[in-house]
Amino acid sequence: MHMADALVSPVVGGTMWLAACGLIGHSVRRIEASAKDHLVPLMGVLGAFVFTAQMINFTIPGTGSSGHLGGGLLLAALLGPHAALLVIASVLTVQALFFADGGLLALGCNIVNLGFFPAYVAYPWVYRVIVRGRYEAMRGSVAALAASVLGLQLGALSVVLQTQASGIAELPFGAFAALMLPIHLAIGVVEGCVTAAVVAFVARARPEVLPVADAEPVRSLRPVLAALLIAAALTGGLLSGWASSLPDGLEWAIARLSGTEEVSALRGTWHARLSAVQERTAVMPDYAFRQTPLSARPDGSDGASAESTTARADAPSALPLGTSVAGVVGGAVTLLVISWLGFVFRKWPRAV
Amino acid sequence: MAFPMAVERWLDVARMDELARQGTPVHRIDARAQTVTTLLFIGVVMSFARDELSALMPFFIYPVALMSAGRIPAASLLRKLAVAMPFAVAVGLLNPVFDTRPALALGPLHVSSGWLSFLSIMLRCLLTVSAALLLVACTGMQRLCEGLVRLGVPRVFAVQLLFLYRYLFLLADEGRRMTRGIELRSPGVRGVRFRVYVSLIGHLLLRAMARAERIYHAMQARGFDGRIRLQFTSPLRLADPLFVGGWTLFFAVARVWNLAEALGALLMKGVG
Repeated sequence: MHMADALVSPVVGGTMWLAACGLIGHSVRRIEASAKDHLVPLMGVLGAFVFTAQMINFTIPGTGSSGHLGGGLLLAALLGPHAALLVIASVLTVQALFFADGGLLALGCNIVNLGFFPAYVAYPWVYRVIVRGRYEAMRGSVAALAASVLGLQLGALSVVLQTQASGIAELPFGAFAALMLPIHLAIGVVEGCVTAAVVAFVARARPEVLPVADAEPVRSLRPVLAALLIAAALTGGLLSGWASSLPDGLEWAIARLSGTEEVSALRGTWHARLSAVQERTAVMPDYAFRQTPLSARPDGSDGASAESTTARADAPSALPLGTSVAGVVGGAVTLLVISWLGFVFRKWPRAV
Repeated sequence: MAFPMAVERWLDVARMDELARQGTPVHRIDARAQTVTTLLFIGVVMSFARDELSALMPFFIYPVALMSAGRIPAASLLRKLAVAMPFAVAVGLLNPVFDTRPALALGPLHVSSGWLSFLSIMLRCLLTVSAALLLVACTGMQRLCEGLVRLGVPRVFAVQLLFLYRYLFLLADEGRRMTRGIELRSPGVRGVRFRVYVSLIGHLLLRAMARAERIYHAMQARGFDGRIRLQFTSPLRLADPLFVGGWTLFFAVARVWNLAEALGALLMKGVG
């Protein structure tokens, strides 16, 4: 459930980057304070382990599909939440850079969705609460299952919220949530079973490597986390409300579903401002207008506003024909020229 | 079994490393400059209105220029892009379903704004993913992490990235040997059963932990005291600020003016 770059607006992506930086900074401080040197190579190797484990699938009986390890909760159970967050963040970074899973703009979203929720929410508040102290098979399995399901549900919900706040995809909130949450419930159960079984395996083979679950007090962590969560939610909500092209994803989805079409008012201030700059500085501000029929201007204003995207959405009958044709022709020619340049440029150094 | 494909992907990672070791002018640009430019590029591309198409076209210059100047073969990038697209395609494909307002007219053909935004999502996906892949292909993990530390990323995290990357190949080989063993011992059985899978993953995990312990002892034997020391060699050259500045200027121009549309209008004027 990696969030993709193409669905995230810069404001949502940037806010999540800030949140992810805060999380990484916090976990780095906690790891440095713990002075456990052996964590340095262990974290690195376990990151590589998660990669490898994700490449191996098992068949789910009776369904024909296959499952694999997610890794977030397993890492938290083995390393504690801080080191786990750091390992997950590093895995996601390598995935974004080498495998094009997710992307750089969406990296912050992915670290929050796949790192924060398992390591800082599901692990301390579910897993550790159920396991309480020394690992014990039955309780450990229940804990792993419950924590995996919760972590993935929160992550999936977060994907839906981030997509909505970005306002690039048109999916209504309800429909998207109704699609994502059940799918990730199933994935969570499978992942929970795998995590439970692997932790139980390790507990049988080498019980000494499992940390005692209450090794560090949970209480000291809570205010920090709560503050972080609230801050992220607030900044995310406020900033995206101010800047995204859809002020409130939920409101918009409701309006959409109930059939009230007030889309034109939903253009956000940020995009509007940028396109205003674009118009003011346009090379040929009126070329499109000349070819647009006169009825295209319901308000009788001048060409600059008729060309704006707001007007395009407002009056579907009055399509700015000139602009779109110029856009299509220009876009195609630009693409051709660039690919030709790439071709020429590639041959050129060898010829010299 | 998704393993053959996974092996393909591994080979590709190794290939990225090879590409990053070239000595082209692009590869000589400082990793910091490339990181900053890449992030800026992605931010600018994603800041366009969601149904923008033509204004995005000039931005293809950036990946194409890096690809040709850095001698990065397009085929390997495209293969990775094909892997990356599905989620964006799946979510974006619903845009035409939910948004049927007509937005563009090409003669008798009316295109809905949903299709426009879907195409726009695809374009953005191509642009941002190729920019991220090119960043690694033109710097390599080692230099990239150095650059990150000098940009203020905590050392612990950069070292974590380097460690992860270094042991990726070793553990992947181990995983591959294990799955091959299972395949050879269970002819005619498709897939791995859950019980077998758990013991497989469990053993892989125990071996990984034992390996980490050996590495730790080796580090201690060489005087590791918990402090991480990194050595930087490359100073900034004149080309680095020029690289950042030049691209920033281009991004700004292409963000404010729709270059493609202006070109189209100019051409149409010439024709008509």
